[in-house]
Parts: sequence; structure tokens; C-alpha cells
Amino acid sequence: MAGSGAVGSGAVGSGAVAPGAGDDARRAQAARALLVAAHREHWGTVLAAVARTVGGPLGGDLGIAEEATQDAFVQALEAWPRDGAPERPAAWLTTVARRRALDRVRRDAVLRRRLPLLAVEADRAAHAPHGPGGADGSGGAYGSGGAAGAADDGVPDERLALVLACCHPALAPEGRVALTLRMVCGLSTAEVARAFLVSEPTMAARLTRAKRKVAAAGVPLRVPPPPELAARLPTVLDVVHLAATAGHTASTGDALRRDDLAARALDLARVLAVLVPRDPEVLGLLALLVLTEARAPARTDAQGVPVPLEQQDRALWDAGLTAEGLRHLGTARRALGRRRPGRHLLQAEVAAVHARAASYAATDWQRLLLLHDALCATWPSPVVRLARAAAVGLARGPEQGLAALDAVAGDERLRSYPYLPAARGEMLRRLGRREEAAAELRRALALQPSAAERRGLERRLAALGAPEAPRRDGGPGGSGVSGGGER
Amino acid sequence: MPEYVFLLLGDEAQDEALSPQEWEEAFAAHGAFSEEVARRGAEITGGQALMPTSTATTVRFEGGEAVGVTDGPFVELKEALGGFYVIRCRDLDQALELARLVPMGSGGVEVRPVMGEDHRG
Repeated sequence: MAGSGAVGSGAVGSGAVAPGAGDDARRAQAARALLVAAHREHWGTVLAAVARTVGGPLGGDLGIAEEATQDAFVQALEAWPRDGAPERPAAWLTTVARRRALDRVRRDAVLRRRLPLLAVEADRAAHAPHGPGGADGSGGAYGSGGAAGAADDGVPDERLALVLACCHPALAPEGRVALTLRMVCGLSTAEVARAFLVSEPTMAARLTRAKRKVAAAGVPLRVPPPPELAARLPTVLDVVHLAATAGHTASTGDALRRDDLAARALDLARVLAVLVPRDPEVLGLLALLVLTEARAPARTDAQGVPVPLEQQDRALWDAGLTAEGLRHLGTARRALGRRRPGRHLLQAEVAAVHARAASYAATDWQRLLLLHDALCATWPSPVVRLARAAAVGLARGPEQGLAALDAVAGDERLRSYPYLPAARGEMLRRLGRREEAAAELRRALALQPSAAERRGLERRLAALGAPEAPRRDGGPGGSGVSGGGER
Repeated sequence: MPEYVFLLLGDEAQDEALSPQEWEEAFAAHGAFSEEVARRGAEITGGQALMPTSTATTVRFEGGEAVGVTDGPFVELKEALGGFYVIRCRDLDQALELARLVPMGSGGVEVRPVMGEDHRG
């Protein structure tokens, strides 16, 4: 896996061109920019097409497919700046990667007996009307939400098959997310390791284990028929949601990496919505991630400290993304019809309540509480119950909020969760009980939140010390918990 | 098509308490399972019911040497290996689909691919 990060981690884009450079240099720079975009948009597609070629009926050899895909991008890194970028980058990359994979298979004595079959397949692929493997080079199908043309050439199915294989319930849960980010999104092993705060050798071992199980257990690289697909989708959505959460929760000081992970998760959600259209949960997850993304510019200040929802400058929210998110939500609701909404759709509804409010004060807290009630009924995780308790505080005042928080505080799983004392501190502050509020914030700090969250808590603690009369309004306040999709 | 072993792990005490009529029913259920496997295009290529773990003897190994023979199964658990099927089918998804059809009152079915040439690389 040496050098697997060569393309993904910026080496491609770093080709600075000296001032006054000629046409060649400009062309080279354009080619590099195109390659960076191609890596992001087409990695999963190329890998899926190659995996299907080398894996026989089960399509399972992700290891060979991965290496071949990597090789193709490295080759593009040399060829495109020199010869100019190809008209259809995905087709170019797929052809090269397939050839690499076949070379590898040819050398591989274990797989030798499959060769006659492969040769025929590769030949057929090369003469297919849509170009090699049908990998359409237009690129639009996998870009930002573009759906046109994606349904015709069979490639989306391949990519969906790859996602489904990576998210197979037969794999360990932590292996699923890692494998999806590596195989479908093309993050390097080092990047995936950083995102999940483990060492690179640990992540490499985890990925190897997952890949081996895919191959050895015969996890199929195919899209199952609708009833099975429906059964498998929740796992896929979980994985995308987990990746997004890891991207949005400040767990390391490396802000850039977080954003990248969130962006990849959003990409995946967009792809899924193209591949599995009209599924309320798929659309709900997409709406949630888009609405969360819309708020990203206001979520932290210039120093990277989280800004509570209450204090966020709503002018910074991306209006275009907000509109897009609300549109997806509308489509999701229509797709749902009279059925009960699932957790992703409900979370999107929560995010939409905030998106629609002109100001924090104008937020529809009653609706927010109703949504959290529904969310608790569908998905009673400790964190969701905590969020609901905070919503009680927003809808019915801090006194009741505090009682609701105390009712969930007994949960062993929340013992080390800094949001709980942080939320209690907020309720107490609103009640004018400053000393107790400060004690809760200190308790939250003692639970070792991330660096950015720590600074946010310290800021709130400092504000408590400021000479300010206790507020008597008892009105709703930002707890840092009920932000709906803030985490 | 790959081959999978279905290890039928269940509660022995429960099995031993079965009445003759319940045994009949269990056999019939396994017969129905076999027919269903064939109907779905898969094939049972092997399988046996096993005598209870009280009849098991284990040869233990250390450092490549057989170091002793002990009474009982290799792993002592409430749920013991009661029997197995060897089934040739399309892929893991179909194997899991078939595993859901195995008549088991409780316990579970462990699905494991049989090692083929591909897996020895």
C-alpha cells in the first residue's frame, strides 16, 4: 500500500507554475486540476468497474482493483500534464486500470485459470458502445447532484454494488466505514486513519481484514433485488452518516481533514440519491447533510472555536445549499407518503426547522420538540434522548429542560459524554444559577472534549463570570445539544 | 459456485428434552429446508447431524505437537455444534438467505466459506 496517498493527498495539485510560463505549463496545470477533480469524482467508479473485471462472478478482489486504480491515477499524473487531459477522464482511467489489473492477474498464478474468461470480458468491454466498460467520461453523473445520463450506462449500478459490498453486514462495523471511504471515496489509508484517530498501521490492518473477508467470504459485488436492497440500505446510510459525523465532530485539531471527510460523506449521499432515487431515508440523509453543510461557514469562528447556534450569524449560512436541502426534504416527504418517517428524515426535519427560522428567537421550538419525540420513538439512543431533553428546555423553559436532562442522566453510556454537563450548565445559566452552571461547564471540560470544543466551553465559562444580571425570561436558549444536526 | 459450511449451534439440553414427536417434526423441517435449498438453485453437498458433545473427545495441540487427549468438545459453551450442512451456492448473500431458513429453535448458524484454491494465495 506504499504511496497510496500520492494522488489523494494533494501531490497532484501542488504543481505550481512559474510566473510567465508558457502554454505547456498552463496546459499541465489544467491537466493537474482536472486530475484532482477526476480523483474525487471517479475513483469509486473506476475501482468498481475494475473490481468487477478481476473478481470473476463474485467480483470480490478489492485488493487488486485498488492497486490497479491507484496505478491508473499515478499514470495519469505523468501522462495528462505531458499529453493533455483526455476528453473522457473516467473512461481513460478505467481502461488503464483494467489493463493494470489484468496484467496483475496474469502474473498471479492462483488466478491463472480464470484468465480465458477475463480476456473475453476485457475484449468485450473495450468494444462496448459506451467506451471501455461503459465508464462514461462526461463526469456529470457523479458530480454535484447531477443525475442526467447516469441511469443508462450501467456504471451507477457498479458503484452502488461497491458501496453495498463495503457496507455488507458481514463486515465489522468499523471496517465498513473505513472500507467505504477507502474504496468508494478514494481516501488514502493514512487519511482514513487520521479521520478515525488510529495509527496508520492499525487502519491498514483493519482495511486488509475487511478486504480479505470480502474476497474470502464471497461478499458479492452486485446490487441485490429491491427487497434485499431495502434491507441493506440502512447499513449503507449508517456508514454515510457515521462518516459525516466523524467529519463534523471536531475530534482532532486538523480542521482541513474534517472538512474533507464531511465533503466525502456528502458526495456519497448525493451519489446514493442518484442511485436509489425516491427513497425517503436516502433523500432524508442527503437533505440533512446538505442543510448541515449550509451552516458550516457559521459553525466556527475565525479561530476554529464552535459558535453555538444561538450566536451564529445566519447571513453566513449558504442560502443555495439551504434551498437545495429543503428541496430534497420536500422530495423525501412526497416519497414517504403516509408511512412513518425514519431517523434520517426526522433529523433532516430538525435541521429544516433551524434552516427556516429567520432568527434564533423565531425558531419553532414546539415543532422541534415534536420531532425529537418522534426521533426518540424511532431511534432511542442515549444521545438522541439527551437531544430531546435539551429540546424540552427550548420549548418549555429551562426548569422543565433541567428535569428532562436529569431523567436521562442516569444512563451509564452518557457518563463520559461532555454534552450532558454542557447542556445542564446551559439550563442552569438560564435559570440564573451561575455557580452551578459554572460547575457543570467545568465538569464538561474534565471529560476531555476536543480542543475546539474545549475552547468553546472555556468561552462560555468566562462569559458566566462576567458581571451580568441573571436573565429572568426563562426563554429558550442554545444548549449546544439540540442544534439538530450540529453534530 | 463457492461452498459454505453451515455450523448449527444450539442448546443441547433442549435437544435432548425433545419428545419423539418433536424429533419427527425437526426431521421434517430439515427435509423441507433441503427442498427449499434446491428450489433456490443451491445445492447441499454434505452435512451430518452430530452426536451430543458428551460423546466428543478432543486432541489438543501445542507448538505443532499433539499434547494430549481430553474428554469433551474443544470449546465448552452452552450452545454446542449440533450438526452441519455443506452447501454450494451463489455467494455470501445467498448463503445467509439460506441460513435464515435452517430450522433452529434457538442458538444460531455460523456460515463459513470452505477454503478453495482461491483462498490459499
